[in-house]
Amino acid sequence: MEIKLNQICKNFGKLQANQDISLTIPGGTIQGILGENGAGKSTLMKILSGYIQADRGEISLDGKSIRIHSPADAIQHGIGMLHQDPLDFPPMRLIDNFLLGQPGRLFPDWKSVVGEFKRLCDQFDFSLQYDTYVDMLTVGERQQLEILRLLWLGAQVIILDEPTTGISSLQKQKLFETLKLLAGQGKTVIFVSHKLEDVEALCDRVVVLRQGKLVGDQLKPFNAKKLVNSMFGKPVSLKESKGHALDRVALELRDLALEEERIQIKDIHLKIQAGEVIGLAGMEGSGQRPFMQACAGFLRPVHGHILVDGRDMTGKNYPAFKQQGVGYMPAARLEEGLIPGLTLSEHFTLAGKSEGFFINDGHWQEYTREKIQDFNIKGKPNSPVESLSGGNQQRAMLALLQQPLKLALLEHPTRGLDIESVIYTWSKLKERCCDGAAIIFTSSDLEEVLLYSDRILVFFSGKVSAPLSSRKTSIEQLGNLIGGKDWATIAAGVEVAA
Amino acid sequence: MTNEAILLGLAGVLVTAAPMIFAVIGETISERAGVINLSMNGTILLTAMGGFAVCVQTGSLLWGFLAGMLIGAFVALIVAFGSITLKQNQVAIGFVLALVCRDLAYFIGNPYMGLEGQRLPGLDIPILSDIPVIGPLFFSHDLMTYLSYLIIPLAWVWIYRTRPGLMLQGIGEKPAAAFVRGANVNRLRYFYTVLGGAIIGLAGPIYSLSVKAGWKGTISGLDGLGWIALAITIFGGWNPIRAAFGVYLFAFLQWLGLVLQPSLPGVPSQVLQVAPFPLMIMALLLVNIGNTEWVARTLAMLPVPLRHFFVRLLRALRASPPGALGTPFDSE
Amino acid sequence: MTRQRWITLAFQFGALVLALGFTTLILLATETDPWQAYKYIIIGSIGSLRKFSDVLVSFIPLLLVSSGLLVTFSAGLWNIGVEGQITLGAIATTWVLRLLQGSSLPPGVIIALAILAGMLGGAAWACLAGALKTYGGVNEIFGGLGLNFVATALTLWLIFGPWKRPGIGSMSGTEPFPDSLWMPMIPGLRLSPWALGIGVLFIILIYFLMKGTHFGLRIKAVGKNIKAAYLHGVPTTRYLMLAFLLGGGLAGLTGAIQVTAVYHRLIPSISSGYGFLGLLVAMLVNYQALWVAPVAMFFAALNIGSIQLPIVLKLDSTLSGVLQGVLVLFVMLMDGIRQKITKRWGGGS
Repeated sequence: MEIKLNQICKNFGKLQANQDISLTIPGGTIQGILGENGAGKSTLMKILSGYIQADRGEISLDGKSIRIHSPADAIQHGIGMLHQDPLDFPPMRLIDNFLLGQPGRLFPDWKSVVGEFKRLCDQFDFSLQYDTYVDMLTVGERQQLEILRLLWLGAQVIILDEPTTGISSLQKQKLFETLKLLAGQGKTVIFVSHKLEDVEALCDRVVVLRQGKLVGDQLKPFNAKKLVNSMFGKPVSLKESKGHALDRVALELRDLALEEERIQIKDIHLKIQAGEVIGLAGMEGSGQRPFMQACAGFLRPVHGHILVDGRDMTGKNYPAFKQQGVGYMPAARLEEGLIPGLTLSEHFTLAGKSEGFFINDGHWQEYTREKIQDFNIKGKPNSPVESLSGGNQQRAMLALLQQPLKLALLEHPTRGLDIESVIYTWSKLKERCCDGAAIIFTSSDLEEVLLYSDRILVFFSGKVSAPLSSRKTSIEQLGNLIGGKDWATIAAGVEVAA
Repeated sequence: MTNEAILLGLAGVLVTAAPMIFAVIGETISERAGVINLSMNGTILLTAMGGFAVCVQTGSLLWGFLAGMLIGAFVALIVAFGSITLKQNQVAIGFVLALVCRDLAYFIGNPYMGLEGQRLPGLDIPILSDIPVIGPLFFSHDLMTYLSYLIIPLAWVWIYRTRPGLMLQGIGEKPAAAFVRGANVNRLRYFYTVLGGAIIGLAGPIYSLSVKAGWKGTISGLDGLGWIALAITIFGGWNPIRAAFGVYLFAFLQWLGLVLQPSLPGVPSQVLQVAPFPLMIMALLLVNIGNTEWVARTLAMLPVPLRHFFVRLLRALRASPPGALGTPFDSE
Repeated sequence: MTRQRWITLAFQFGALVLALGFTTLILLATETDPWQAYKYIIIGSIGSLRKFSDVLVSFIPLLLVSSGLLVTFSAGLWNIGVEGQITLGAIATTWVLRLLQGSSLPPGVIIALAILAGMLGGAAWACLAGALKTYGGVNEIFGGLGLNFVATALTLWLIFGPWKRPGIGSMSGTEPFPDSLWMPMIPGLRLSPWALGIGVLFIILIYFLMKGTHFGLRIKAVGKNIKAAYLHGVPTTRYLMLAFLLGGGLAGLTGAIQVTAVYHRLIPSISSGYGFLGLLVAMLVNYQALWVAPVAMFFAALNIGSIQLPIVLKLDSTLSGVLQGVLVLFVMLMDGIRQKITKRWGGGS
């Protein structure tokens, strides 16, 4: 089935998620869609699969223009999607998940459904038992179930959103075999990913999305260099970054192993000096968050030691880390970092060193005003934090980091800020470095990572690279590593996991 | 106690448990869809009074029970409206309704107190009631008790073995996934909440038209049963059969308390009467304890074989609520 | 912001109108003249000095228990166990009074100790629910409910068992305490100015506690976003337990007042439903301390005013309960409607 997308546009408020995207995918092909976080891939696929509606634009199947109002609509037209986080029902059995949603009589003919299920399993050589509970399955097996289900419902187009995150290489092999089989049957496969190697191995054609626009279009064989350039932009001339590293070791990780849901990271060895800035690069979900959470005491490592300022903090929880001078800034502003309903001044009162029983309101209002000026926050001490714009909420969270700070862990510290604010924010952060704070931060902006870090760690599928010097690394190299390539060329200090 | 008396007593347990069965099954259905109906205590009282009043007015038992169902459905509709459409806190709405319905029941029911109403007639099932022991135990009761037997497997089959039932599980567990599979999540939630309410609405009339015939206002002894029903719903793990087991167990323990009373003169009657409640807390504790962090941590420290044993034990006991219970769904 | 305020007020007023309308409908359905009913309620509450003092007697426990519930609600807790906490407070108070009534301590001291015991009793009972929640994963709604029933049973056991009146165990409660152990009252009225003073004192204390102290701010933070509160250094488990302690302590104080200033003995339903009513009051004022007193006064007036309804109009006195509950219900629903409408018009909520 040929799919044609014509001038698809979708905005979320001021954010232009998809801008005039036009694309034709012939039937029987495996189409790859590359792009970094926030490039617009998921939005486009959600539109195609009926989860959301485009603001403008047209979708045609085999030349016929169609309207997709809902996911149920989409499957009726033959379009099915495998979401990145499996949308299935863990406490129910495989066969229940398989059947759920299929139109039919009140009492399903269980025998024949099981028979169909087994037949499809055999066709693709999956080893799934119909009466197992889904929460006992691996991610790869859940994907297999969903593929079977979509096919059973008559899907001619299968969209896979980042399917190779969190599955074993054996399961990946199986998946690719299956997809190639489907394409051979005339079905269309759309493969959304950030992993260059996978796309190169599997796809017949590739397009690249960046910042909502379609910026690259290639057929096999692929020019990897061009792909990376399209994904991450032209390499920028690197300015000299001033390092403030001191002699003292702020953070040491010895033989650390972490485990969280789908990600396992092993054998981390790292020493960070006071005043150093370490940037964590990589796609979201590659392990940066568990890494940072462990360094703040939110996540207990399964193995190894964490030392803050020479003190062994392994196994201790966040309040102990905080006392040692560790600060954490989460990315989910209103869900984890700020308290909606409380004003700016109240936040500073809460976070600050409080003496006495009664709140000295005058003192804290004055303190808040200072901070507002210092961090250029557009708001008043009595403004409730939810009334601030995203960028100002970000600034508020930065201002709330404690003093003195030995180690600051920042999730996307400049997300939602314009370029001037980014520069201003980093100048404030560098001030902290002068005072001896070490900073670890994540960012999806490679330029930011290269510009402001002293050293960089790249995360890919639970693998952590050895620290790379920011001065000696180019955007292209980073892009490759984030996409999963060239890991053999750098001195990798860790092993494959998950 | 003679064997005769024991048999009679146990048969009585099945009859007194019947209204609770309806209450718990109705709530299970509603919560399976993701909506907590905390108004149960008030609904049972209101439907008991309402069913009795309508029966007295119309002279018909049927209308009494239908009135109960309608009232139960209407109260559930308010819960549904407040929580699904207005996205207010389900606990808050349900709790206030529990109090309002209770007071409404006492207020409107005032003139009906002590009146003579009808009583659900006994209905022996032809051949089955003649079987020795089993007969009088199970098959010599009334229509509603028989219906209470039936609704348990009916609910079970519906939830686990029919297409719409699977969808019911889906909307309560992960509405986003159900949505992707074509469900109009909020419309279905309305339907099941109201349906659950109608079933709960049968519980009250069974009390006032059968088990504790008549309406006696504040001394009717019905106040508090709704809260117990809610607890049993949780204990029942949102599974109709396990929930029914909980109901029968509770009714049995209450009967046991009455029976043992004379043989334990030292223990005051109040203690035995209230014994089910700390047991209920104990049960909730057992059922929830696997979910706490400190237990998970302690388990991690145990040697492997011991750990596996406890994990399996906790898994069997655990009652995991439907994943999206209490949370509103927005398709954007 | 003022436009926002006006809109909110308009909806709240609408809720009041709807509540009265609904109650009127119910009255009409029971073939009663609504004006008569309302008239008698008003007369019954402020018609005479004695009546008004009775309203105050009902006002005091409601004020106290609602103040405590403000704290637990601010912490994000549903302290349904408050009824049991009042009861345990009353039990503890009765115990101390019985213990010390023969001793040589001055009565003032005995009463003070008894009241203190009441606060501790309520606080302890609340901590039990809190422990079940934090260490047992049992939702505080069900833990609280179960403990409510246990508390009632405990009361009954004491009244019909170890503390029963010599010769008769009756529903009228334990042996009344001698006048010396009564809280001093205004002659002729059932009102104790001491109790009133305590009530007013504590609502003021709670107001300043929640508004002007670090403790209050931390409790609010925990209630609004426990994750972020933890991030900013608030020991969240500790503060949840402290909220239970405070809520339970004030509930226990309510029970103590009921014993020393109202009933002068332990009776079966000593909590008299003040716990649940307090929950309604707290919900109605949207957890703002400033409005607790007027709303509590209004609810108390309704309660006392409707006492004579059974006598004069053959209506059940639960009419007040209906009006109170329906008012809270409509306020919640109208607030939801307001949020939905303002969202559609593009404003914030």
